[in-house]
Amino acid sequence: MFDRIREKLNILADAAKYDVSCSSSGGTRKNDNKGLGDSHASGICHTYTEDGRCVSLLKILLTNHCIYDCAFCVSRKSNDVKRAAFTVDEVVELTMNFYRRNYIEGLFLSSGIFKNADFTMERLLLVVKKLRLEQRYNGYIHLKTIPGASDELIKEAGLYADRMSINLEMPTEAGLKLLAPEKSHADVIKPLSFVQNNIVQFAADKKLIKHIPKFVPAGQSTQMVIGATPESDKEVMYTANAFYKKFSLKRVYYSGYVPISNDSRMPILGTQPPLLRENRLYQTDWLMRFYGFKVQEILNDANPNLDVDIDPKLSWAIRNMQHFPVDINKADYAMILRIPGIGVMSAKKIVQARKFGKLRIDQLKKIGVAYNRARYFMICADSPYQLKDYQGTQIKAFILAESQSKYLKTDSNQLILF
Amino acid sequence: MTYIFDGSMPGLLTAVFEWFERKPGKVVLKSIEIFQPEAFAESFTVITDHQKADRVWAGLRKKVNQEWLRKFYCSYLSEIPAAYNHLFHFCLYTFKNAPGAESNYGNEHVMALSKYAKSVEREKHRMEAFIRFQKTSDSIFYSAIDPDFNVLPLILIHFKNRYADQQWIIYDLKRKYGLYYNLKEVEEVTMSFTDQMNKKNPDAVFMDEKEELYAVLWKDYFKSANIIARKNTKLHLQHVPKRYWKYLTEKQSS
Repeated sequence: MFDRIREKLNILADAAKYDVSCSSSGGTRKNDNKGLGDSHASGICHTYTEDGRCVSLLKILLTNHCIYDCAFCVSRKSNDVKRAAFTVDEVVELTMNFYRRNYIEGLFLSSGIFKNADFTMERLLLVVKKLRLEQRYNGYIHLKTIPGASDELIKEAGLYADRMSINLEMPTEAGLKLLAPEKSHADVIKPLSFVQNNIVQFAADKKLIKHIPKFVPAGQSTQMVIGATPESDKEVMYTANAFYKKFSLKRVYYSGYVPISNDSRMPILGTQPPLLRENRLYQTDWLMRFYGFKVQEILNDANPNLDVDIDPKLSWAIRNMQHFPVDINKADYAMILRIPGIGVMSAKKIVQARKFGKLRIDQLKKIGVAYNRARYFMICADSPYQLKDYQGTQIKAFILAESQSKYLKTDSNQLILF
Repeated sequence: MTYIFDGSMPGLLTAVFEWFERKPGKVVLKSIEIFQPEAFAESFTVITDHQKADRVWAGLRKKVNQEWLRKFYCSYLSEIPAAYNHLFHFCLYTFKNAPGAESNYGNEHVMALSKYAKSVEREKHRMEAFIRFQKTSDSIFYSAIDPDFNVLPLILIHFKNRYADQQWIIYDLKRKYGLYYNLKEVEEVTMSFTDQMNKKNPDAVFMDEKEELYAVLWKDYFKSANIIARKNTKLHLQHVPKRYWKYLTEKQSS
């Protein structure tokens, strides 16, 4: 018994780990029935794996049996791996006991498709209902929407889950068709918009009727695999942007492809996952969501791919030197936010603090500005007077000379002679 | 001039009261624990007076908003000697200026409090994340910690709301007190350990019979969730500094 459950957990956790989402934020469920669990608005990472990713949720598949044969997936039908399936009670027991020990923030439940979409979705629904109704569990639940499942099942699941997600898998339809001929983006769009419409509907009803159940309070997310097919960064981010806009997604995740098979359509086994590229894509994602950048400013036909050696914000600034230098003591918040080396927190503090007098360099440093980077793009009360106008390329060289990329060690293919 | 106080919050607030009563000019506030008499400097011992402290606290509440009261309290809980002086001067600064002065991040005391509060809130958040309960044979979920700052008062409400249907104890080994939730309310407790007892990981005989199973499953899960091709030890250590490993079930060898 002991060994069997261990084996199942190993197989089904291993198969689920390529889903990168582990966020537990945005939950609004309160422990008002004296049960177990209470959500924490910003989410909590309870530990981190050795690859540095947050572990917040118990992320497992209900089963890794699957009728599909998607080339990028470890659980594809043709792959020769051990198969296993949890019972509903096993998942409930694991979740409750892990949660009680403060190991996790909640459950992330996904599944391979066995028999058909509805059969699979029904099982997932059984788990979440049992947790919420029988166990009085108020922790976080992230549930996969199974593409092709009936509207009634998806709608019912939405009443118990905090977040639901469906993965786009590949950034473009062409890429998806290449690796998973049985799937299409349309399969994803249909349930995404169905859930989105319901979220909007419930929110509207909430204004009229006081006691209305929550419906997917933490919103929806999706994931794209990066580097398995040859899309440009522009294609990836334009797709992400369109999905953010159309379905009000909370997050789009970019997962660097980790080679898992010798399929000739994809990078071969042993290829390094594109970690630097993944990082640059996330930086762009943040610029779009928190820094007021339009995706077209960062990526366009002239610049279809992100710079490797510098981050996208610095890259944009260097291409647009006509906006700089910005006067910290006069410029509006949106422009201060665009200065490389100044983040959201620092920008907010600057706007508050300058009401009390002109800000100086030493104060900016204390506030948390990365001054060595920011100084080329801003002036403050005691900025040294500068006659020479530096070119963007010169500034880039200065900044690169005094900083070292954390990726340089692993990324360099160049042999070292001395 | 040095003001000496007893290290308590009312003591600190009394010191502010005394300053305004005497207006002695430039003053440094130190707690009695770290005070060393200096040859040429005068000192004045503040005698804690709850009435005076209450008046100062009420005044502070009128001057600064909820967010800053929290920062003030967090900075106090940091127990850092230099923080007391900054708290003292923060009070003087806000009382001397119009409301809203606390958002002047150019002021050194405002900035200092903002930093202390950030460290303390981070430690609080880490405790909410890294505390691991072990279920004992009498169904109490037990955890022993020794946090950098005195964060028990800050984490109380989080654990009370979350674990409303189980009894739990969180014990601060460094400050020798703990919180016990008895299914109704949280009370402060002190425990006497015998010398042979392992305070952090009590012997298996005191444990629930399934405790080991779940610990093993959790360790397994932690291993399975790792993607070896993406190994990044530096980032791992940045998120889980080594000093917290002692709390983590998944970091104990099986």
